[in-house]
Amino acid sequence: MGVLSEDIKDRIKAYIPRYPRKQAVTLPALHMVHDEYRTVSNEAIVEIAELLDLHPSEVHDTMSFYAFFKTDGDKLGQTRLWVCRGLACMLRGAYELIEHCEKKLDVHCGHTTKDGKITLEFAECIGACDGAPACLKNDVHVMNVTHDAADKLIAELKN
Amino acid sequence: MATFEPTLLARIAKPNSGKLEGYRNDGGYATFEKVLKDKQPLDVVTQVKDSGLRGRGGAGFPCGLKWTFLPKDHPGPIYLCINADESEPCTYNNRILMEKDPHQVLEGIMLSCYAIKSQCAYFYIRYEYGTAYRTLQAAIDELYAAGLLGKNIKGSGFTLDIFLHRGAGAYICGEETGLIESLEGKRAWPRIKPPFPAIEGAFRKPTIVNNVETMACVTQIMKKGNDWFKSLGVPPDPKNPRDAGSYGPKLYTIAGHVNEPKCVELPMGVTCRDLVEKHGGGVWKGRKAKSVNPGGLSMGFIDVNAPLKGEDGKTEYDIPLDFNGPGKVGCLGLGTAAICVVDDQTSMVDVLHNVCQFFSHESCGQCTPCREGTGWMLKITDRLRRGLGRREDLDILVDVADRIGIIPGTTICGLSDGAGWPVKTAIRKFRAEFEAAIKDGTKSAYTKLQMAAAH
Ligand SMILES: Cc1cc2nc3c(=O)[nH]c(=O)nc-3n(C[C@H](O)[C@H](O)[C@H](O)COP(=O)(O)O)c2cc1C
Ligand code: SF4
Ligand code: FES
Repeated sequence: MGVLSEDIKDRIKAYIPRYPRKQAVTLPALHMVHDEYRTVSNEAIVEIAELLDLHPSEVHDTMSFYAFFKTDGDKLGQTRLWVCRGLACMLRGAYELIEHCEKKLDVHCGHTTKDGKITLEFAECIGACDGAPACLKNDVHVMNVTHDAADKLIAELKN
Repeated sequence: MATFEPTLLARIAKPNSGKLEGYRNDGGYATFEKVLKDKQPLDVVTQVKDSGLRGRGGAGFPCGLKWTFLPKDHPGPIYLCINADESEPCTYNNRILMEKDPHQVLEGIMLSCYAIKSQCAYFYIRYEYGTAYRTLQAAIDELYAAGLLGKNIKGSGFTLDIFLHRGAGAYICGEETGLIESLEGKRAWPRIKPPFPAIEGAFRKPTIVNNVETMACVTQIMKKGNDWFKSLGVPPDPKNPRDAGSYGPKLYTIAGHVNEPKCVELPMGVTCRDLVEKHGGGVWKGRKAKSVNPGGLSMGFIDVNAPLKGEDGKTEYDIPLDFNGPGKVGCLGLGTAAICVVDDQTSMVDVLHNVCQFFSHESCGQCTPCREGTGWMLKITDRLRRGLGRREDLDILVDVADRIGIIPGTTICGLSDGAGWPVKTAIRKFRAEFEAAIKDGTKSAYTKLQMAAAH
């Protein structure tokens, strides 16, 4: 009995013909698993490795390089909210915004609220400097985030 | 300049600018179809080479020339990798192209693949660009449905697939060989060069890596011709035989302390001053600019008030943003042509600490001078902002910054050059401010925040 559903395994397998080597499916597979299960467990790593004819340590090696994935024992909340701390955002109030969100959510960056709704993160420049200070709601930009706008966004995500 | 009509951004304000139908109605893909019918791959390479197009991703390497480095008569496969990692802080022009006019970029990819005889393009896009990713995927789906991608396109015998590949939040994936390693499913550790990717790249096959904006330029060059392209920008400096010129339109992104942060298209060579004062609506809150970062953090800083030698009344603010301009005032280069403005109320200590925080976080850790050097510079700037700076700190910073990078020859990739440049330019140009901060023990307002510990 594996931890990955047949559906997700099929979706991973569907990526294989795109590349001359199966290892290239590592990142797409990690994303699919991470999105769905909110973490990449050790069992999931073993199963991804099996699908891609790799040793689990190879999948783990790649995964651990990107500080992006939550791993065994840790889990993403329902929404991942990134606050940009890049220079353009810092100049327009990003540090204050991060502090505001940490207070409001009662968690430090990198952690999830007790109700499991929001994982707060800081990000390096997210390429939305025309809307600084900017945030990323999962993978969608939110621009010109005043403290009021942050409160509204948080209320919406908590709902 | 008042009459300048944008080309790369011409379609972005149109409703449904991302849809195939609209793009077709504006003449889209007619160039590609004509090229398929009437031109040989080599004709396209030659035209792009003769246009003088230089890569828009940061290094400014002549695009057509890079294509000629591919082995002749290679049996294939040859790959094209599109670099949409766009993570250089303060840069966002690729995002606008992908979100608002994906087909312009895709047509450039199709033309480029035809030119270099590639049947497969991997479009590496940073994870944070979810909207761009979905827009592009929809555009690619439309192309397959219309028979413009896939096998034997329009009966020409030319076959092409384009695959999107998402990153996972690491700046180093923008370095072309880091990108290739990441695409292959490994940690994004840049490779030692040579071999360059054109000889041995993705999956050990000849590979060209090009930026998104470079692709949009290829579309327009093939559509509007070299005379148009060369009518814009700055010709080569006759006194510098190695200058390849700075031709064409360029997307400049304006960020930081301006009234209207935005992306504008202008002929290459606009001055920093004009970008801020005219196009960016001026410095915010009625303040004055102190410093500008002209081209992504890696390029360093200019001192807005420093006089330009031999040019009466002009300052570093007046340098043209072409491939040569920033170098004249000690900056690394044009970079991504993303400018970030720092006003006169802001502490350069805080600015530099932010910069060091970025590079230390993003160093891939392979080379000791980069891994340790970026960490060391962060420690020192952190000390400075806590009011605990020591007299020797500024010299140590400049010394470390001078020693890390591919230019001094101590590291594998250019991330560490980019980490060093802002440090040495900031300290050299704003030394008095840093010295005063050390002497007075000035504490930054931000020292409470403990973000670095989160990762
Ligand atoms: C640390 C580092 C990060 C880079 N990031 C990017 C990037 O995000 N996008 C990009 O196009 N080029 C980036 N580059 C430059 C690429 O290595 C490469 O020169 C470029 O993609 C080539 O495309 P072009 O010739 O069309 O500009 C980066 C280089 C370095 C050293
Ligand atoms: S210079 Fe820095 S980022 Fe580049 S390969 Fe070396 S350690 Fe990695
Ligand atoms: S610095 Fe925050 S989006 Fe660029």
